[in-house]
Amino acid sequence: MTLNMGPQHPSTHGVLRVALELDGETVVKCQPIIGYLHTGMEKQAEYKTYTQSIPQTDRMDYLAPLSNNLALCLSAEKLLDIGMPARVQAIRVLLTELTRISAHCVWLGTHAIDIGAMTVFWYCFREREKVLSIYDQVCGARMTASYFRVGGLAMDIPEGLLDRCQKFVDEMPAHVDEYEKLLSKNPIWLARTQGVATLSARDAVALGATGPVLRGSGVQWDLRRHQPYSGYDTYEFDVPVGSTGDAYDRYRVRIEEMRQSTRIAKQAIERIRELGESGEYRLRDFKYVLPPKEEVKTSMEALIHHFKIVAHGFFPPVGEAYQAIEAPKGELGFYFISDGTPRPWRMKVRSPSFVNLQCLPAMVEGRLVADVIAAIGSIDIVLGEVDR
Amino acid sequence: MTDDPKLQPFRTLAPPPSPAAPPLLEPRTEEDLIREELERGILFTTMDSVVNWARANAIWPLGFGLACCAIEMMAIAGPRFDISRFGAEVFRGSPRQADLMIVAGRVSVKMAPVLRQLYDQMPDPKWVISMGACASCGGVFNNYAILQGVDKIVPVDVYVPGCPPRPEGLIHGIMKLQEKILASRVELGPTVPKGKRKGAA
Amino acid sequence: MIALTPERVLERLGERFPGVGFHRPTGDAVRDLTLYVPADRLVEVATFLRDDPELDFAMLSWIAGVDWLPREPRFEVVYGLLSLSRPARLNLKVQVHGEAPRVPTVVGVWPTANWHERETRDFYGIEFTGHPDPRRILLPEDWVGWPLRKDSPLGYEEVAFTHNTPGRKKPSPSLTRLKPKKVKIRAQ
Repeated sequence: MTLNMGPQHPSTHGVLRVALELDGETVVKCQPIIGYLHTGMEKQAEYKTYTQSIPQTDRMDYLAPLSNNLALCLSAEKLLDIGMPARVQAIRVLLTELTRISAHCVWLGTHAIDIGAMTVFWYCFREREKVLSIYDQVCGARMTASYFRVGGLAMDIPEGLLDRCQKFVDEMPAHVDEYEKLLSKNPIWLARTQGVATLSARDAVALGATGPVLRGSGVQWDLRRHQPYSGYDTYEFDVPVGSTGDAYDRYRVRIEEMRQSTRIAKQAIERIRELGESGEYRLRDFKYVLPPKEEVKTSMEALIHHFKIVAHGFFPPVGEAYQAIEAPKGELGFYFISDGTPRPWRMKVRSPSFVNLQCLPAMVEGRLVADVIAAIGSIDIVLGEVDR
Repeated sequence: MTDDPKLQPFRTLAPPPSPAAPPLLEPRTEEDLIREELERGILFTTMDSVVNWARANAIWPLGFGLACCAIEMMAIAGPRFDISRFGAEVFRGSPRQADLMIVAGRVSVKMAPVLRQLYDQMPDPKWVISMGACASCGGVFNNYAILQGVDKIVPVDVYVPGCPPRPEGLIHGIMKLQEKILASRVELGPTVPKGKRKGAA
Repeated sequence: MIALTPERVLERLGERFPGVGFHRPTGDAVRDLTLYVPADRLVEVATFLRDDPELDFAMLSWIAGVDWLPREPRFEVVYGLLSLSRPARLNLKVQVHGEAPRVPTVVGVWPTANWHERETRDFYGIEFTGHPDPRRILLPEDWVGWPLRKDSPLGYEEVAFTHNTPGRKKPSPSLTRLKPKKVKIRAQ
């Protein structure tokens, strides 16, 4: 029997269509059909400057918008070959880790509600609201932040942000304990996720999986550790790795990642406090980065640079660069080919959910239909990223 | 609901008896007793108002989140911006059981026929809220892949701008829809086009 | 893990494929190790890169198509490889001609290439010979055209403003109510 889990479905986390061929309750063939949210972002990026593409990235993995912004900015900065001041890096790390916590909260809430545990959904969204208030304070928008720029940040962090972040990271471990108390030893949760949707390490690497899907299968690979960016090599944190590659291991990996993100965020807050609660938030390389407004009003060169960058965009050198970050979902990379003009010749987004979703048939073929829901939830896909 | 007096449907006939006032003439006959009871418990209103009141306070949305706006839609179901106060917390999975389709997110050209099919599957009365800039007019994305506004394929009742609109914005949109429902004429019975009706329209 | 240097990669490739000239792209700012590979040797080179214990490029991270329209050869397919044990990244580029663009598939080497190649074909029309499932993936099945090619339009819709709608000289009449009222300011 062919069953269509259509694009409109409460558990497909967006507009994913899965064509299942069933024999009774057993899945014989599973084929994800995507493209229902295809937005033409890569084509549109060829018509916009690098900075103008930053808001587009917010709408890719819309659960972790600042991560996507960071990936684009780092890739453009690699192309320009500019480095960031320590304070900017610390702020970026802080906000990216908070983003990771909020993305994992949504993942846990929706995964749990698919399997039937509604309470976790409300609790996770309560925590997420706190992170969204932090976003609101820092840049004005709850979700689509566009706060990072090529060369730094859009504006300096406001007063009171660090205290708010401190309060959040102090309270978060208790909340993660709450989620674990509800789920980790729950017999229903264990029955639904242990041994379900197993992906072996060999398959995971062959299928290109990254992020918690890869680490849940036992492969030790985290870009923050092995190809560090934005100063991650100076922070102390552990990278959780699973063993069997089933949905339960991926759940444990992500819960532990939430704790580790809290740890990194604490270190980042201390670092920012040391470097100054207000201070430099952009690189002073006016060929590529907007000069501070005070200087624009007094210095002629700054005015000209400001005009050029705002009117045309900055002119990167001819070449190409690929930079990947460890987004909450996996390896998110941007590949830019520049032809010397302010608009990129090609922007390619290597989105983790697109690649991780390929693992779905390997996980569910031969298993029961109900495991498909658990599998989709445990891979943690976001259709905005899959379809771009 | 709203404070608009025109949209308040209920008016009672007899005022409730105040404790200080002297009792009405002692109810003598049984008929008088019954009449008094009835006068205190009967409401007079119009069919329009009561049906509209019922429809407005129990709008069941279809779970149709497409993109980022869907997350804000999930947030209104969350504890901070509670939509259950408005009777709309049951997001139905099936279009056959839903009244309201909140198009939350960008509609790509691949998704457009699916959206139209879902709209057609919803039974009357149905309403559509176009949530966010992408659903209203294409939003940030003006290219080959995105439909420039969902009103190209379905009739929209309320547009909620924003990218994404704050949950309070969406709730404001739902309240505006409630006002719209309360002010609408109710069509009961099968909808027959004007020309085909026998007798006066 | 000892990091893998670009020179070492070139050495190993040179030892194994002596006749093939792996040249690098020109440009001031090619920030990653990128090598051009001829299309007919692609699968062999890919298998070697994956299986060689020193290089161990076990994961194919991404495949991108590029359209260099006025330039010939018109298309390029870029393969981003990742070596988990080293760790190192390598980009392989294959140049493809504009008329009947065709590249052998690497699905046999890295199964993840399945969807990546489908996406590249969907956007550019480059055929991957030997691909098990060459359907469109992101665009509707019956879409005509290859949207990311430089000669395909962006497809945007003109937004109707007053200046580009013929016959509209002023904004709609209801907007006149928003004109600010003249206020008399009392001098202090």
